[in-house]
Amino acid sequence: MRALTFHGTHDVRVDTVPDPQIVNPRDAVIEVTATAICGSDLHLYDGVIPGVMQGDILGHEFMGRVVETGPDSTLKKDQRVVVPFTISCGKCFHCMKQQYSACDNSNPAEKQDLTEPLYGEALSGLFGYSHLTGGYPGGQAEYVRVPYSDIGPIVIPDGPSDEEVLFLSDILPTGWMAAENCDIEEGDTVAVWGCGPVGLFAVQSALLMGAHQVIAIDHYPNRLDLARRLGAKVIDYNQTHVLEALREMTGGIGPDAVIDAVGMESHGFYPDNVMDTVKQKIGFGADRGHVLREAIMAVRKGGRVSMPGVYGGFLDKFPTGAFMEKGLQWRTGQTHVQKYTHDLLKRIQEGEIDTTFLISHRLPLEEAPRGYQNFHSNQDDWTKVVLTPGT
Amino acid sequence: MSRYEMDHDRGAKLALLVGAGILAAGAAAFWYRSQQPRPVGPPDSAPGRTSRQSRYGDYAVSGRSVTINRPRAEVYSFWRDFSNLASFMSNVEAVKTEGDLTIWTIAAPAGGSVTVRTRIVSDRENEEIAWRSVEGSDIDTEGKVMFRDAPADRGTEVEAVIAYVPPAGRLGQAIAKLFWTEPRVQGRHELKRLKMLMETGEVTTSRNRKSD
Repeated sequence: MRALTFHGTHDVRVDTVPDPQIVNPRDAVIEVTATAICGSDLHLYDGVIPGVMQGDILGHEFMGRVVETGPDSTLKKDQRVVVPFTISCGKCFHCMKQQYSACDNSNPAEKQDLTEPLYGEALSGLFGYSHLTGGYPGGQAEYVRVPYSDIGPIVIPDGPSDEEVLFLSDILPTGWMAAENCDIEEGDTVAVWGCGPVGLFAVQSALLMGAHQVIAIDHYPNRLDLARRLGAKVIDYNQTHVLEALREMTGGIGPDAVIDAVGMESHGFYPDNVMDTVKQKIGFGADRGHVLREAIMAVRKGGRVSMPGVYGGFLDKFPTGAFMEKGLQWRTGQTHVQKYTHDLLKRIQEGEIDTTFLISHRLPLEEAPRGYQNFHSNQDDWTKVVLTPGT
Repeated sequence: MSRYEMDHDRGAKLALLVGAGILAAGAAAFWYRSQQPRPVGPPDSAPGRTSRQSRYGDYAVSGRSVTINRPRAEVYSFWRDFSNLASFMSNVEAVKTEGDLTIWTIAAPAGGSVTVRTRIVSDRENEEIAWRSVEGSDIDTEGKVMFRDAPADRGTEVEAVIAYVPPAGRLGQAIAKLFWTEPRVQGRHELKRLKMLMETGEVTTSRNRKSD
């Protein structure tokens, strides 16, 4: 089959690789009909996530048609399914508590050697996202082996198109969980850093959850415009002092909740960011955390910090003082996708949520490298790339 | 070069210098601290194998705990049928029973294998299984596995401890590799595979094909 594989920093290619098979009883094999490049794939593309090896198949947002099932799979041939990027066994302590991305069992034992020293505990397996999360071949391919297929994939009834439901695999639930982690109350202001796909879905979700106002922060005009059209107020950090503006837009109080939808590769020329960039480039395993620091400074006393943005290593100059003295709450994590897919599918079917506004480019899988390059370098225009295999 | 790039470049150089200074000072402080004797108080509640100092004479001891979301009787019975052990212990090729002896065939590097002969020295149903090697075993070893109810219906806590006399020389190193020389790694592998098997019915893998 054809698949998008990693060959080095800023070097991904479409190669011919062996087709996947059923390996374990609960497996299914999916023929991919639509897949997307995620903002977090750019962290892999930039080489800042450890444990990515040459030849690894990338991609964790995908959907398709069931072509083969193991004896213990509950899926049936020809069903159309969206596959969550988190692989979860459904049986362990964490899965029983719907903490699917903390699944104990979906990360192969021999792959946990790096994660335990780095994070203290291994995470769940994720598709196409380095060997720290299992080394699973990803979804930017013609076929994918889906482990624990009785727990993850959600069957899509006739009606919605692939593009309308594809983002159930990651970014829509991720934006939703980011807003849910804000515990939004009546009258709340939610500030969202980053108007990428997750940030935009967080804006949409926070408004649906009843936020009084949502303020989106970015510097790309087109992305700010998308946020504005969803109903957010916007701040362009290139023309406005973010901290001052947030205080002034909230009656001098500060936002009740803040969302860091940027993660480990903050943009912007600030002293802390320059230091962080240097450390990241020379391989310190350092995260760039300008946004997180700013969000913690901005949020009101007793406020909530929600962090869907991906971090992988360590952060210094963390404002522990502000965090403790203001009595903040911090909630984060890889998304517990399976917890949200059914509810969000219903909202899509009922027309409450539209996700297609995000898609700026549609490419055949063969042109995926061009998609990566542009999604990386032309972020204002390239807001979301959907890939179609076999065309 | 633009003003922005010049600033950026100067910032980067300064950051490198500062970073190197911090590293050097940190290393010196760490070295000094590590030379200081640790105060030793009365024994604490932690298992002996987590001690900073070895307490076991000739034996190398390692162990690991895991909580399995299944009833204690089920986990105990699975382990008690020794023929099941090869399904999650990657080095164990086969386990068979001869009278009251258990014969373990363990894969060795370079395609060989060693034979370990053990006798059960304690078997308390749903609580503990302990074994010790007998005359004629290639390795002098003992071990036990304990089963306890986890709190609040969280399943079963399984604690496995293995002790063995590390043989000397190159052969010894090869043999040591078969055992839990890196307890945090090897022990976790085996017990996590057991947990996967008991909880999900399969041993998780990211292999894309059976032959990978």
